[in-house]
Amino acid sequence: MARRTPDEHPDPFRIVGRPLPRFDVADKVQGTTLYAADWRLPGMLAGRILRAVYPSARIRRISVEHARGLPGVAAVLTADDVPQNALHEDPTGLGLSSFATPVLAADRVRYQGEPVALVAAESEVAAQAALEAIEVEYEPLPGVFDAGAALAPDAPRVHPDRVNLLIHWKLRQGDVEAGFRRSDAVVERTYRTQRVDHAALEPEAAVAWVDGDGVVTIRAATQVIEHFREIAEILRLPHNKVRVMAPFLGGGFGGKEDMTVEPYVALLAWKTRRPVRMLWTRQESLLARPKRHPFTMSYKTGATRDGRLVAQEISLLADAGPYPLLSPRVVFAALVVGCGPYRVPNVKIDARAVFTNNVPTSAMRGFGAMQVTFAYESQMDLLAEQLGMSALEIRSRNFLQKGDRLPTGEALETEAALPHITARAVDALGERSRPSAPSGRVGRGIACNMQPYGRTVWFRDRAQAWIGFEADGALVIRAGITDLGGGQAASLAQLAAEVLGVSPDRIAVHIGDSALTPLAGGTFATRQLYMSGNAVVKAAGELRAMMIPVAASLLEAAEPDVQFADNHAGVIGAPERTIALARVVAECARRGIPTSLLSGFQGEHAAPIDLETGQGRTFPDYTFGCHAVEVEVDAETGTVRVLKLAACHDVGRAINPQSVEGQIQGGAVMGAGQALMEEVAVEAGINLTTLFAGYLIPTAMDMPDVRALVVESGEGKGPFSARGIGEPPTGPPPAAVAAAIQDAVGVRLMELPMTPERVFDAVRARPARPKNEARGKV
Amino acid sequence: METAAAEGAARAGVRFVLNGSPVDVWAAPHETLLAVLRDTLGATEVKYGCGEGVCGTCTVLLDGAPINACLLLAVQAAGRAVTTVKGLGAEGHLHPLQRAFVAHEAAQCGFCTPGMLLVAHAFLADHPRPTRDEIRSAIAGNLCRCTGYTRIVDAIEACAGTGKAARVEPR
Repeated sequence: MARRTPDEHPDPFRIVGRPLPRFDVADKVQGTTLYAADWRLPGMLAGRILRAVYPSARIRRISVEHARGLPGVAAVLTADDVPQNALHEDPTGLGLSSFATPVLAADRVRYQGEPVALVAAESEVAAQAALEAIEVEYEPLPGVFDAGAALAPDAPRVHPDRVNLLIHWKLRQGDVEAGFRRSDAVVERTYRTQRVDHAALEPEAAVAWVDGDGVVTIRAATQVIEHFREIAEILRLPHNKVRVMAPFLGGGFGGKEDMTVEPYVALLAWKTRRPVRMLWTRQESLLARPKRHPFTMSYKTGATRDGRLVAQEISLLADAGPYPLLSPRVVFAALVVGCGPYRVPNVKIDARAVFTNNVPTSAMRGFGAMQVTFAYESQMDLLAEQLGMSALEIRSRNFLQKGDRLPTGEALETEAALPHITARAVDALGERSRPSAPSGRVGRGIACNMQPYGRTVWFRDRAQAWIGFEADGALVIRAGITDLGGGQAASLAQLAAEVLGVSPDRIAVHIGDSALTPLAGGTFATRQLYMSGNAVVKAAGELRAMMIPVAASLLEAAEPDVQFADNHAGVIGAPERTIALARVVAECARRGIPTSLLSGFQGEHAAPIDLETGQGRTFPDYTFGCHAVEVEVDAETGTVRVLKLAACHDVGRAINPQSVEGQIQGGAVMGAGQALMEEVAVEAGINLTTLFAGYLIPTAMDMPDVRALVVESGEGKGPFSARGIGEPPTGPPPAAVAAAIQDAVGVRLMELPMTPERVFDAVRARPARPKNEARGKV
Repeated sequence: METAAAEGAARAGVRFVLNGSPVDVWAAPHETLLAVLRDTLGATEVKYGCGEGVCGTCTVLLDGAPINACLLLAVQAAGRAVTTVKGLGAEGHLHPLQRAFVAHEAAQCGFCTPGMLLVAHAFLADHPRPTRDEIRSAIAGNLCRCTGYTRIVDAIEACAGTGKAARVEPR
């Protein structure tokens, strides 16, 4: 059987696989895109939130009378004014427990910045004056500010009626104790990752109004228009009386996956019956919007002398902040991929998230799978060092292959192509750089990862798409996706263009409107190319099948000989025999054959996992990658500079290679930012990083050009065998940089970010190492 | 309707040139150029990103030089020429930098793009043949969270004519 190499493209595509310019980028460079904050309506009020000043306190009294009486103030709302002051959540998605998160704090605040009251006023200045006129009397309470301490039996409870342990997922496969006994090398370490902010350049924003038909409409910077249901519950309205529209986003990265401004701006519009705009300041966003979870990860890994992994025992602890949000799902993803892209026969993982009075944490690009990459890849390097092997060697002896059993007991159903991916990343580094200064030390490292795409199978995921021709042969797609900036809308046009032969510039894509576009389930979990991409290809295929017979009769050709290309129907092999698609559309109309339809794609679904063993079906598929980095460490100052970064991922098939490369480059730099500089510092529940000046994300001078390497194995489960690529590239950089630092100066850092101070301290603490050491060399 | 006494009382008339056309606005002393551009003049192509002068998202050109509109008081713009990204190309006719950003997909979410384009424009006017490092240094005050910057540098370099030829827009 002939087997394709991962880089071959055997299929003749016309549109798919081309680096087409995105229609939305053409608008964006002209400044014509109207983001959430750019929307204006007549008589629009300014909405603001009064936020808790303490991380843990009882609210004794809130006095709003003075604020309500100020000129220009249209509404001041507290918990008493919210029809249903609870957001009901099912933290696991398994119906195991339910949780009610308050919309506005009623008697108690549980984190600094928690919303306590809302104001709508004629101007931002008037709204600010009203906020300052609200009197809140707090009684500070003891809080819990450390995830480990939260588990102590005598720790203060974040919620008096329940323990601080939010979730404990377990995974058990084989016998780890027996595995460690059989191991020749065992490495045991604890790793820590930090709290990170998404720092999308667009702060959270929305405009809400009650439309003429009484529908509460919210045009919001959100990844998930399906939140209309939760907003309806809060307002005690029928679900079909709330509408969420999502314009193009100024970045999301998971930070706009939970609701942000939506319930608050909706409450104010519903109460005042006037349009209300709410913009969170950057400082507000840094203070109180959910962050990436800090993880503490204890790993014990055993391998045989020849470098084969035998056992892995892992304990993961995540600080969830005071409310569940998506924490249970984040740590579940971490559980599933806790061992990384390697075969391990004996596995024991405990993954927990605990309530604290720190700033909430929830979804961020990488979603738990990102944090564990730092740990499992560092473990691989340390094992290699102990066994006297190279980083490449130990990995290649353990890489997952199609058909292998994952720790969850399910089989990997697609090719992982890891040897090829890794070789390409390493090769791309080229010749080793020379240090730029006498104190400079150059080092290299690699890290591989796996990241699920698509939702956990027990969510029975579904996405819909409507597709139809206009009379002039132009095509319209309606899909409830949201576009975060990754080209989600443009890629749907590219897919439909491939199937229906309409040029992309003749396709209009309408997205993100819960009233008018078929629901697609939100843009998160790297799911939209997989879900909505499949839905669009399915819809386009069904439409094509309806129109081909009509085209065949017009062309007087056999159906199998008819093709749609370049806005025409034609006969294959007879370039002169073509008619415009518009003519086929007209003929369909004459014969009463529809030229539009709604279709949907049902993702894989299966029963929930076994809760005691974690065995069962979990995610539809994974995207695999390897990053190779070269750094220069200044041994005198601890400063680390990334000199080269090569990032290779198998995307199955690149629908738009330029967009794929863009995802890889941007994701890698985000991961490198987490590796080296980013941290939301919180002390005793007080956020110390509420200025953008204090939250460092990479600038153009901090990072090198990222060499994005795209492998197309043809093995994904998305349209035309594509895999998702939104989240995967953020994972590898921290571990790769840690390995490169060790290669350069001989110290292994196990805590992020790897700041100059930490590197300097580690270098100073370590005795000079002997030369000629072959540890973990790439 | 204006409320706070200070807000109403001390407004000053400010005249400046916006994208080639003179504009007259009333601005309170505390109002930033960013607020006046976005809220009074509807120039929403200028974006708010941080209000601290850190992210560069609100960059406009003041007499041709890039500044953070969030740090300049509107009254300070009196008598000056303000250029936003809408002043860069003509309607339906993209500036070469805009074309290069499209061809290289140097924008993803596009939120930093107006500021990035203006900084690049001002930089290239003074540095017609920059190195990639010089380009990186020039845009270091403008944060981008999506692209990792490589494509932005590519696009600017293509326009400078020092790098590889600009990618031709495929049809």
